[in-house]
Amino acid sequence: MEPWTYAPARESAAVANLQPSYRPFVDGTFVDGGGEPLKTLNPATEEVLAEVGTASESDVDRAVAAARRAYEKTWGPMPGAERAKYLFRIARVVAERSRELAVLETLDNGKPIRESRDVDVPTAAAHLFHHAGWADKLAHAGFGADPRPLGVVGGVIPWNFPLLMAVWKIAPALAAGNTIVLKPAETTPLTALVLAEIAAEAGLPAGVLNVLPGAGDIGQALVGHDGLDKVAFTGSTDVGKEIQRRLAGTGRHLTLELGGKAANIVYDDAALDQAVEGVVEGIFFNQGHVCCAGSRLLVQESIADEFEELLHARIATLRVGDPLDKNTDVGAINSRAQLDRIVDLAAAGDAEGAQRWTSPCPLPEKGLFFPPTVFSGVEQTMRVAREEIFGPVLSVLTFPTPDEAVAKANNTPYGLSAGLWTDKGAKAMWTAQRVRAGVVWTNTFNRFDPTSPFGGYGESGFGREGGRIGLGAYLDA
Amino acid sequence: MTTTVPAPGSAPGALADVARDEVSLRRFLHGLPGVDQVGLERRSAGLATRSIKAGSKMRAIDMAVSMIDLTTLEGSDTPGKVRSLCAQAMRPDPDYPDVPAVAAVCVYADLAGVAVERLGGSGVGVAAVATAFPSGRASLPVKLADTALAVEAGASEIDMVIDRGAFLSGRYGQVFDEIVAVKQACGTAHLKVILETGELAGYDDVRRASWLALLAGADVIKTSTGKISPAATLPVVALMLLAVRDWHRATGERRGVKAAGGIRSAKDAIKHLVAVNEVAGPEWLTPELFRFGASSLLNDLLRQRRTQLEGHYSGASYIGAG
Repeated sequence: MEPWTYAPARESAAVANLQPSYRPFVDGTFVDGGGEPLKTLNPATEEVLAEVGTASESDVDRAVAAARRAYEKTWGPMPGAERAKYLFRIARVVAERSRELAVLETLDNGKPIRESRDVDVPTAAAHLFHHAGWADKLAHAGFGADPRPLGVVGGVIPWNFPLLMAVWKIAPALAAGNTIVLKPAETTPLTALVLAEIAAEAGLPAGVLNVLPGAGDIGQALVGHDGLDKVAFTGSTDVGKEIQRRLAGTGRHLTLELGGKAANIVYDDAALDQAVEGVVEGIFFNQGHVCCAGSRLLVQESIADEFEELLHARIATLRVGDPLDKNTDVGAINSRAQLDRIVDLAAAGDAEGAQRWTSPCPLPEKGLFFPPTVFSGVEQTMRVAREEIFGPVLSVLTFPTPDEAVAKANNTPYGLSAGLWTDKGAKAMWTAQRVRAGVVWTNTFNRFDPTSPFGGYGESGFGREGGRIGLGAYLDA
Repeated sequence: MTTTVPAPGSAPGALADVARDEVSLRRFLHGLPGVDQVGLERRSAGLATRSIKAGSKMRAIDMAVSMIDLTTLEGSDTPGKVRSLCAQAMRPDPDYPDVPAVAAVCVYADLAGVAVERLGGSGVGVAAVATAFPSGRASLPVKLADTALAVEAGASEIDMVIDRGAFLSGRYGQVFDEIVAVKQACGTAHLKVILETGELAGYDDVRRASWLALLAGADVIKTSTGKISPAATLPVVALMLLAVRDWHRATGERRGVKAAGGIRSAKDAIKHLVAVNEVAGPEWLTPELFRFGASSLLNDLLRQRRTQLEGHYSGASYIGAG
């Protein structure tokens, strides 16, 4: 008999309420930007989704000036309890329009609808609700009796979690009483603009939130703008370093959330089947387009063969394909440029002598896809062990002792996240204390909660997002 | 069932020595990898989000029907009730003769003969619960006699319960020996070993009990009697599927799993089929290797099947006897 297959269970693209064109949001209205319009693509088909107006440098000036006015006249002086009402309203509408936002995110980004529906949008709503609750309680946040906002924030965000990253900047900034100018990524501007529309419908005063689509030049113009009091950047380490150089000596506040090359350490006493799940989720969630992805598996030598066998078998069950299919586990690579980078780095893995294993899963005939891939026999000197691939590629290294596990985990300029898997509590504590990473997950991976601070150190950046500490990054504390 | 199992209690290959005495059995069971509750439940929740539609759903419904052990296990069971259950088992939906027959009818041992008479030659099996079901609190000779009488009455499958008291107090050898003895009493009848997971102390115990039963010669490991809550849950079934997958990796043999109790809706049944497909593998999607122990599930499957074909729900009175 024919094997049982899952028929396509396609979420309706019409739910996204896609418009033919989108425009920058400045000073409370959608405006024609002075930049060259861009076309945003659906990476699963490489077809144009919509035309998006972009900002020019003078639009950046206008947006920053509008944000300044709003900070001085309306938002800054407004009591926290009043600010909270707007944020709660926005949070509620995000939750109500979650299906639309999820489908739009999947169309623009390429991530599976299962993830945008179950992770991105609910986590974004949770972040808004969490920070709305802080707005009138800042005096109790541990930053003194009357902590002041910083002023005008410039935020630049990446394409891997477009809505969620927008909210990670906007929610704490606004709750603390700042105003913000946000530049979404060039390839994924749509959900941030719908969020602007939601804010406008919620009656958010003009200038409090401004969204400027554009490429890297607009990001540069924004982060270097004299009118800002704080810059919050999430993206690549190279750009982050450039921003830090640019801002040195200006007195402006800066938080950076940059790249990573996280180690996922599996000890031989781990709950193996669940560790396999965690490793799979750690690297294949969002096609591996995750700064905290567990891209280096460090497995204890005594179980390495068995673990890899289980891992391959599990990865082979991942369904790669149409991101709108509710049964898709791994979606499309966000852009041609990113796909090229993944292909290049994987080729470097071959060239340097690592053994490549590729999931036998079928791939769609068109669109930007890369099959789940595992390199074994990886040494620390290889590029696949050192460089952030930002794709569905796992590098497997082994270790004989806990000391060596920690040494290998720390042998990276990055320090964003790490995972460790053991049934022994003391060993988990011992390891977590020694691994240099901003976030250490024990017996789980990629868990995000608005109450929990997230961020790195070393070349993964500084500053935290989420929780009380994350709030502090938007206060003059 | 077509799997071939070696002589009771003698596991093949590397596992041959594991059960030679109580100490090595204990060492083996306690050396199995731990189960992380959060991770297992998260994985199960992930499996439950699969969206099974259209042709896949029809296929899943028919598969589920063919995997049912249609069950009545009440003190008030009568020969008449068993006979009507048998009629439904052979022809679940008289309006749709293409609906497959169920795998077996599951009754108390004293009614096995009634079922055998009614089902004779139909291909539908007769499963009898034995060994002082559901508590298992009887002496070994009573359990063996219970089993032998059921086999004598023509039961093709025996559903036994393990001695949970012995298991929980760490007397693994006793549980093992009992399963081996019952397996012997089964002769050619297939043996399903009920772990009663709702009475065990967590997921680590479920993994140990699964391996213990497999080592002792169980053809199928079964979650529950249906008399204890919780009965079959998706995480427990997924964990038992991991056990038979691992058994296959270690020995090359495929053993089965039966999810019994608590699965009442087609939707629930389909979630379990997804788990079978993705955790153990597509080879397990056959009545030889996966069963549902259920009484009301069949009616919901038939209703959902009619809905797929007719485009609207049928009233309960159109379907079945159950």
